[in-house]
Amino acid sequence: MTITPTTPTVDQAWRTALAGRTRPPRPSALSTSLTFAWRALLKLKHVPEQLIDVIGLPVIFTLGFTYLFGGALAGSPRAYLNFLLPGTLVMTVVLVTTFSGVTLNTGITTGVFDRFRSLPIWRPAPIVGALLGDVGRYLLASALVIALGLVLGYRPDGGVVGVLAAVALLLGFAFALSWVWTTLGLVLRTPSAVNNLSLLVLFPLTLASNIFVDPETMPGWLQGFIDVNLVTHVVTAARGLMAGTATAAQVGWVLVASALLTAVFAPLTMRLYRDKP
Amino acid sequence: MTSQSTPAVETAGLAKTFGTTRAVDGVDLTVPAGSVYGILGPNGAGKTTTIRILATLLRPDAGTARVFGHDVVTEADAVRSRVSLTGQYGAVDGDLTGRENLVLLARLLGFPRRPARTRAGDLLDAFALAEAADRPVKTYSGGMRRRLDITASLIVTPRLLVLDEPTTGLDPHSRNQVWEIVRALVADHTTVLLTTQYLEEADQLADRIAVIDHGRVIAEGTPAQLKATVGSGAMRVRLPDPAQRARAEQVLARALGVPMHPASDPAVLSARVTDARRAVGALAELARAGIAVADFALGQPSLDEVFLALTGHPPQPDTTSKEEDDAA
Repeated sequence: MTITPTTPTVDQAWRTALAGRTRPPRPSALSTSLTFAWRALLKLKHVPEQLIDVIGLPVIFTLGFTYLFGGALAGSPRAYLNFLLPGTLVMTVVLVTTFSGVTLNTGITTGVFDRFRSLPIWRPAPIVGALLGDVGRYLLASALVIALGLVLGYRPDGGVVGVLAAVALLLGFAFALSWVWTTLGLVLRTPSAVNNLSLLVLFPLTLASNIFVDPETMPGWLQGFIDVNLVTHVVTAARGLMAGTATAAQVGWVLVASALLTAVFAPLTMRLYRDKP
Repeated sequence: MTSQSTPAVETAGLAKTFGTTRAVDGVDLTVPAGSVYGILGPNGAGKTTTIRILATLLRPDAGTARVFGHDVVTEADAVRSRVSLTGQYGAVDGDLTGRENLVLLARLLGFPRRPARTRAGDLLDAFALAEAADRPVKTYSGGMRRRLDITASLIVTPRLLVLDEPTTGLDPHSRNQVWEIVRALVADHTTVLLTTQYLEEADQLADRIAVIDHGRVIAEGTPAQLKATVGSGAMRVRLPDPAQRARAEQVLARALGVPMHPASDPAVLSARVTDARRAVGALAELARAGIAVADFALGQPSLDEVFLALTGHPPQPDTTSKEEDDAA
């Protein structure tokens, strides 16, 4: 038990505590965002269960798809792996992004965000920082997929540079895509609604893509969808970078799409965040 | 710096509607700098909405609000650097430890790494949270949590500290601690604006009180002025037999010379009483009339009685409270 002052006197410790009138200079937008990213990592430390998806999905997807489809689609799991692994990487990270919307929705109902919103800080920092923290999760998921792939016999022709470039491009895209989920996270009422709706959007986007098979065998209308599907373009670029055959157009497409997603959904998120009652 | 005469808070015609409910319906408030100001009202009266507007968390639909002369909408950032809000709903992160919460906020306010830790340590020591500092906040008791919540508002001592029902749900010991913190802050020239449902709390702490109901200020003044409106004291009598209430009402009204108010409890009567001796005499009259008394109390008017006196109706949480809870 601690001893607390019960008589109406202001003791010395209180005097010190209450004498904090000097306000340090306002920190930069970047520094504030990084502080929020640190908060996200602290929460991971205290609640490691939050890592279940970034550890579980890479294992399930990489092992599952390689051995389920490998024999049938490419003759052997190992032959299929070279085609599939970049797709698995994209699918894993894209699915893990939904977490951002769920976290924001959970956080914003707890009162902690009231405090953040009433601080004299760069307004988008709590959300930008949380997304930067999430990039750490994406990086962990990517590392797991690639490590597992290497163990199973994946050998990228693009080498270390190609793989790193593919991961960097994917992280950029995932950061941009997260703004869609933060928008949903602010529009919908409950975390589970956010989760369900984001998965509902993502399943067709990931399945009707070039992740598992070359779309040439599919009916024309489906090919039409796959051609405009963002995920297809991300997979094409990642596959190209990891195989050392990527064109500037393939990579450029993903960069433009990421910029557009951010340009539309980041301001939308911030507007909803500002007006949240 | 603003001059001494600039009020800490000045609102004019402040209004906020949620759906069809006018949660705040034309609130005019002036909070002098350096004072403790109480906003008193029942659940759903519009207290929380009002202070959320002052803390820049909500935009008013109509009217203006200024904090130390700065408009809460057009100069929100200037307002944010002068105000700290401790809401009703714990604004600390339950997953993090008490220390991490404070260091995080200190970093956000611009403290470099080491000074942030020092400041957090000093505050934890001062508010008797040092032992629990490295435990996740979700393991804290209600009183500790509230103390941490208030501490989190004091990393840079704000010019205006806004406390939303700071002692609701606390045990008497924790409540006294919160009161001590408020008194110490005011001694240190911070202005404190607090909401409460308890007249006693407003009376203990506040230099001025605004009574708010259905989104409007229905009375404003010093505690002494307010109580004078209501009568300085209240007498409550509980009967073992509700059937005798009508007779008891006649006897007491005659003996006290004031009308009795039948409470919503069918066995309870209350009246405004200024003189304790008359109350004692009235109880003797009851005994002479053969009416038994289960218990009685003579004390400060309750919020119910203030309300009754000011509005003619007892405070009833209405649909606004739901809206306000949603909003908060």
